[in-house]
Amino acid sequence: MIHITNLSKVFKSRQGTITALKDINLHVSKGAVYGIIGLSGAGKSTLIRCLNMLERPTEGEIILDGQNMTTLSGKDLRRARQNIGMIFQHFNLLESRTVSGNIAFPLEIAEWSKEEIDERVKELLPLVGLEDKASAYPAQLSGGQKQRVGIARALATKPAVLLCDEATSALDPQTTVSILGLLKEINEKLDLTIVIITHEMKVIKEICTDVAVIDQSQIIEQGSVESVFIHPQSSIAKEFISSVLPNDLPAQLLRELALHPHAEIVKIHFLGSTASEPVITDLIKQCGVTVNILYGSIDYLRSTMFGTLTLELQGSPDSLADAYEYLHKRNLKVEVIRNGI
Amino acid sequence: MGSEFLSLVQDPAYWDSLAKIVPKALNETIYMVVVSTFLAYVLGIPMGVFLVITSANHVLPNPWVERTLGTIINIFRSIPFIILLVALIPFTTMVVGTRIGTTAAIVPLVISAAPFVARLIESSLKEVSHGVIEAALSMGASPWQIISKVLLPETKSPIILGIAITTINIIAYTAMAGAVGGGGLGDLAIQYGYNRFRTDIMIITVLILVVIVQGIQWVGTTLARKLSHR
Ligand SMILES: Nc1ncnc2c1ncn2[C@@H]1O[C@H](COP(=O)(O)OP(=O)(O)OP(=O)(O)O)[C@@H](O)[C@H]1O
Ligand SMILES: [Mg+2]
Repeated sequence: MIHITNLSKVFKSRQGTITALKDINLHVSKGAVYGIIGLSGAGKSTLIRCLNMLERPTEGEIILDGQNMTTLSGKDLRRARQNIGMIFQHFNLLESRTVSGNIAFPLEIAEWSKEEIDERVKELLPLVGLEDKASAYPAQLSGGQKQRVGIARALATKPAVLLCDEATSALDPQTTVSILGLLKEINEKLDLTIVIITHEMKVIKEICTDVAVIDQSQIIEQGSVESVFIHPQSSIAKEFISSVLPNDLPAQLLRELALHPHAEIVKIHFLGSTASEPVITDLIKQCGVTVNILYGSIDYLRSTMFGTLTLELQGSPDSLADAYEYLHKRNLKVEVIRNGI
Repeated sequence: MGSEFLSLVQDPAYWDSLAKIVPKALNETIYMVVVSTFLAYVLGIPMGVFLVITSANHVLPNPWVERTLGTIINIFRSIPFIILLVALIPFTTMVVGTRIGTTAAIVPLVISAAPFVARLIESSLKEVSHGVIEAALSMGASPWQIISKVLLPETKSPIILGIAITTINIIAYTAMAGAVGGGGLGDLAIQYGYNRFRTDIMIITVLILVVIVQGIQWVGTTLARKLSHR
C-alpha cells in the first residue's frame, strides 16, 4: 500500500542544515498497522508528514495506493490527500463547528453533496461511539472524545490509509487503551492500512502488526512486531521492549538464587499458540526433570499471546539434555540464564 | 443657573430648535459610520487575509507580498487622520465628485480605517493554530477553502469584537470629518457647543455618542460571546 524508497529530508535554515530523515526505505502492506517508534527528535513526525506531502521530501520516492506522491502538486495532490486520513496529537478540531460539523468538514472540502454528507456523518457517529454528542462543540468534549471526532473526521472520505501522529500521547492511559482499541477495530472492520508514529512501545504492543525503529533520522530496525519483540537487534529496540515487558527478574528472586549457585535456570519465550500448550507438564512427564517455576509473565502483542517463563530445572544430565531437545523441537526460544554444574 | 436650565427645558421652542439639528446630525453620523465601517471591511478583510496567508509557514507563503503590503499599511496608519483628510481631497473629488459633504467625508474615513482593519483581521486570523490549518491541508483543502472554511469561521468572535472597535474609532473620527463639511454629531458639538458656547447642545451630543458607543460595545461583546465555542 505504501512504498517508501530512499527517502531523505534535509531542513535548511539560517542556523544551518538539519538532516531529519536519511535514506528511509519502508514497505507497508495493505491492512497492516505499521508502527514507527523513536525517541524525541528522531524524525518520526517528519517521516509521517512526508507521506501526505505536508513536508516535501528532499530526495526519494513515496508510492501510496499506487500513486507517486512526490510528483503530485496542486489539484492532483489535494485529490490524493483526500485518500489519506490523518489524526493528530492535539486533535486539531475546528472549535466553531460541532462534532457533526467537524466530521462533515473533509466532505465539504471534497465537495460532496449535502445529502451525501448528512448520510456519511450519520454512519460515522456510531462507529466512533459519539451518537449522543453530535451537536456538542469540541470545547465540551474530553480528550478521548475529541480524538474520536478526529478519527471519524479522518475516515469520512473513506481513505485508503490512516496516518496517526502521536494520536494517544495527549491522553491518559485508560483513554489511550480505548482509542487504540477503536483503531484496531477500524483496522479489522474496514481493512484499513494504518501508520502510527509514537514514542510509546505500549502503542506498538497493543495494535501494531509491524514496527520500524527510527533513531537519529534512520531506520535501524524493522519487521513484524513479534519478530522484533522476540529478537530485538538494536539496543534502542531492546530498551523500548523492556519498557513494556520487564525483562529482569525481581531483585528478591535474584538474591535467593544467589544462595543456590548450582541451580540450572532457563527462560523460555512463548509466542502465539505455544503459550497455551502444556510445556511444563511435558517437561516433567516426558523428560523426567523437576521443574520449579520462578517467574512468569504473559502479555499480548496485538492479539498474539506472548510471554516468558523462568524455570529452575533439576535432573540428571541426560534428562536435562532431553528437556533442551524438547524445548528446541517446540520452536521455543530458550535462554539459559545460568548453567548449573 | 438651575432655574435658567429649568425654564429652558420647559420651553417648547427650545425642543423645536433641537429637533431641527440633532436628528439630522445623528443621521449623518450613522450614515458615515455604517458606510465607512462597511467599506473599511470590504478593503481590510482581503488585506488582512493576504497578510496572514503570505506569511512564513502559512498556506501561500510569499515574503515579498507580505512585506510590501505590510509597509503600505504601516505608512497609511502612521499618517494622522487630519492630514489624510486634507491630503486626500483631490482623490476624494475624483471618487465621489465633490470635496465636501457627508459622502465626501466617507472617503478619508475608509482610507484611514481599512489598514487598521487589515491589522485587526491579521491578528485575529493568526489565532488559528497551525495544527488546525495543517489538518485542513491534510484533507486536501485549497487555499481558498482554508480561508473561507477555516480562518474566517474560526475567528468570528474576534472579528466581531474588531468590528465594534473599528466602528467606535470611526465615530470618533467623524467628529474631525466636520472639517470637510461632513456634518454629524461631533461636528454639531463643535459648531454649537464650542464655537457658539451652547454647552447644552454639547452635552446632548456627547450623551448620545456615549449611548451609541456603549450600545455598539455591548452588541459586539454579546455577539462575540455567543459565537465563541471555546
Ligand atoms: N520545519 C522544520 N525546520 C527545521 N527543522 C525541523 C523542522 N521540522 C523538524 N525539524 C527537525 O528535524 C528533526 C526531526 O524532527 P521531528 O519533528 O520529525 O521529530 P520527532 O521524532 O517527531 O520528535 P518528537 O517525538 O519530539 O515529536 C528535529 O531535529 C527537528 O528539530
Ligand atoms: Mg513528532
